[in-house]
Amino acid sequence: MKTQRCKGTRDLSPGEMAVFRLIEGAFRDACLNWGYKEVRTPTLEYLHLFTSVGTLTPGMLGRVYSFLDWDGWSGERVVLRPDGTIPVARLYIDSMEKEKLAKLFYVANTFIFEATGEKTRERWQCGAELLGVSSPSADVELVMLALEVLQRLQIDGVKLKVSHAGLIRALLARLGLSSEEQARVFDRILDGDGKELAELGLDRTELETLSALLGLKGKASTFVKGLKALFDPDLAGLQPGIDDLVSVAGLLEALGADYQIDLASVRDFEYYTGAIFQIFRGKDKIGGGGRYDALIPLMGGKDTPASGVALYLDRLMGLVKPEALIEPETPGILVRAKPEAAKEGFNLVARLHEAGYRAEFNLGAQSGADFGWTLDVQSQAPKFILTDRAEKKFEAQTVNEVLKLLAR
Amino acid sequence: MFHERDIPVQVAIGNYDLGICGSDWIEELMVKYPSSALMKVGLLGYGQSALYVAVSPDEGISTVETVRQRSGVVRIASEYPNLAEQFAINLRLRRFGVFPLWGAAEAYPPESADLALVCGTEEGLADCGLAPIAKVLTVSACLVANRNSWEAKDMKDVVASIYDKAAAQEAEPEITRVSGRRPRKSKLFPPGADGDIIRLALPDGHQQSPTFDLLSKAGIGLDDYPSPTGNRRPATDLAGVAIKVIRPQDMPLQVASGNFDLAVTGRDWLREHLCQFPTSPVKELLDLRSGRVRIVAVVSNDMPVADASDLIKFSAGRTAPLRVASEYINIADKYARDNHLGSYRVVPTWGATEAFLPEDADLLIENTETGGTIARHNLKIIDTLFESTACLIGSSRRVANAVKRGKINAIIQALQTGVKLN
Repeated sequence: MKTQRCKGTRDLSPGEMAVFRLIEGAFRDACLNWGYKEVRTPTLEYLHLFTSVGTLTPGMLGRVYSFLDWDGWSGERVVLRPDGTIPVARLYIDSMEKEKLAKLFYVANTFIFEATGEKTRERWQCGAELLGVSSPSADVELVMLALEVLQRLQIDGVKLKVSHAGLIRALLARLGLSSEEQARVFDRILDGDGKELAELGLDRTELETLSALLGLKGKASTFVKGLKALFDPDLAGLQPGIDDLVSVAGLLEALGADYQIDLASVRDFEYYTGAIFQIFRGKDKIGGGGRYDALIPLMGGKDTPASGVALYLDRLMGLVKPEALIEPETPGILVRAKPEAAKEGFNLVARLHEAGYRAEFNLGAQSGADFGWTLDVQSQAPKFILTDRAEKKFEAQTVNEVLKLLAR
Repeated sequence: MFHERDIPVQVAIGNYDLGICGSDWIEELMVKYPSSALMKVGLLGYGQSALYVAVSPDEGISTVETVRQRSGVVRIASEYPNLAEQFAINLRLRRFGVFPLWGAAEAYPPESADLALVCGTEEGLADCGLAPIAKVLTVSACLVANRNSWEAKDMKDVVASIYDKAAAQEAEPEITRVSGRRPRKSKLFPPGADGDIIRLALPDGHQQSPTFDLLSKAGIGLDDYPSPTGNRRPATDLAGVAIKVIRPQDMPLQVASGNFDLAVTGRDWLREHLCQFPTSPVKELLDLRSGRVRIVAVVSNDMPVADASDLIKFSAGRTAPLRVASEYINIADKYARDNHLGSYRVVPTWGATEAFLPEDADLLIENTETGGTIARHNLKIIDTLFESTACLIGSSRRVANAVKRGKINAIIQALQTGVKLN
């Protein structure tokens, strides 16, 4: 039969859901340990939250699921959340702005159209946002939190790519581009169209410097050396960005994180203003984040520095080895009751659950072989007959006797 | 033969292998559905015009930059809602609302919209009192193909013959920028400060004569309506009333948005609007009892279906989705939902819907006066959804301004008299 699932979506089977919950659990535990609190925002938001400069790029906006609501006669659209951070920023502005420091996390789905079939259109992410603090330590804390989750999940070989939105903007300004050209080039870089920069009508020297800059890679010291060589050695206007990037990178290095500075490694999100991180395992990008100090004031909130990180749950699902992490389930109990003893059967199941056992009521479709015990309930004595896997039988008259037998 | 706007949709869904239409309608579809099966084969080099974003020059907007800097919601009126949205997004407008229109976008700025995205020439815009601030697209006739058919069939000969015929057409000169042409000063509505003014929308097209007759009988005098020069702001002897002529299809949304206080439209278009926005604050104030039509469900005579319940059985027995073609896409969608038609697709049309059966649709939701056209096309009516006549619509909310309330009541009373005499 033809599948009836919507194109670009996926189902999560019981086995996949177990892995999903495992990742979610590892993320929640780590966040709670770091002092973050969980929030949940609606799936529907107003489109205008995402459209202005400094939120999402036109390339992203061209792929959002937006539509007129049932009361959308004014022509303003709503959208299926295309991003996790902006709704949390909206929540903070709406109801939490009095808090000087807000450390929030969420597990949420986001929706972006995708035509190639390589990615799904509904994606899950585990995100953490740190609102109210502006310091390299805050950025590094978020990276360490993400790395801790990956470590809990026994995902190794993780590499970081670090960039800096403020530095890129300063560099574009240094190239003498007009503010409109800067915005267009930045949009292209974010949309991953680095190759199409040639179409923007920049002159040759500008293009060459730009591609040399975007090609600069390495640890902090190498990177700064490269920058100095390119700008020979006048770094005017660039110093604040470099200082911030170097202190974040320095701290990551001291903490033993495997990182590389790669200016061109920014994608999709225009709201970043400072350090940007992308987390890779092999070629797979499994997470990312960065500093977005301008977003909250831009959305009408107070001047609030902020940064965030997200792990892509769908990607992690393919990397987790569940057998290494999920404890084998203790075999359950199948309760079989004759129709006239159904009431006693259901009562027994409830008592077994209270006592912490996994117990199922027999619906005629289960196989006793899948259970550690089979428990027959009768209306006459002996009321309960327990059979273990070795087909050995035990009799009991009361539930307490059953529990004692099971505990042996 | 279709309305030009239907062609990209028909080719994209695979009802046709090839089509010719303006590149404006192609871009309008492709910008929203980039992975559709529609592909551009080539330009045919005739029929050139352009899509402009235009403003009323007296409103202090002269460049895109001033639009960007405006606070509040920027209202954009257009027959090209998808291109209008793309324009707003690329311009990074913080808040905007797009009014999707059936036509007459040039009549909207400045009172009813801040910007209009319209197809035409700079001279044409100037004649409507508008000035372009951005050119979005150069429009010319274009040959399009369905990608799957293009890959599966050899269409070389057909395409070559189309190009030959196109070359024989006299190429129109590319539109060049007309410098210094001042937009015509049109009589705008009095400034918004006059909160007592009643803004009345009257229909364009074939509804103009019956509307003029009715208003005459109601004692309401109109100057230049219907207008031979296409003036969309006729004068009236009703004090404190400003009139604009727009498409009846667009009126309910305009009343709901607060751009008009009253409008003369059809109940079908009010119903269509309310099917899309059930809580919209617009209602019928008076039945004008003219232009009576029935809104009906129509199938081909060859289809073994006599009524709606047969239709459910017919649709359940098929694997392909039932194709429902209609100008009233929201009424059609609701009809399909209410009748549990299962797997169905609503195909929007822009007129001449009868031509869609039986090849390009299975069911039509159509209006009919006598049923004659339907019978002539070898079609049959299987259900009547409702009856529609012309009606006066207004806000369903209480009008707070007592002066306005009084004027609205006076207009309703005058029209009631007109209806009795009609």
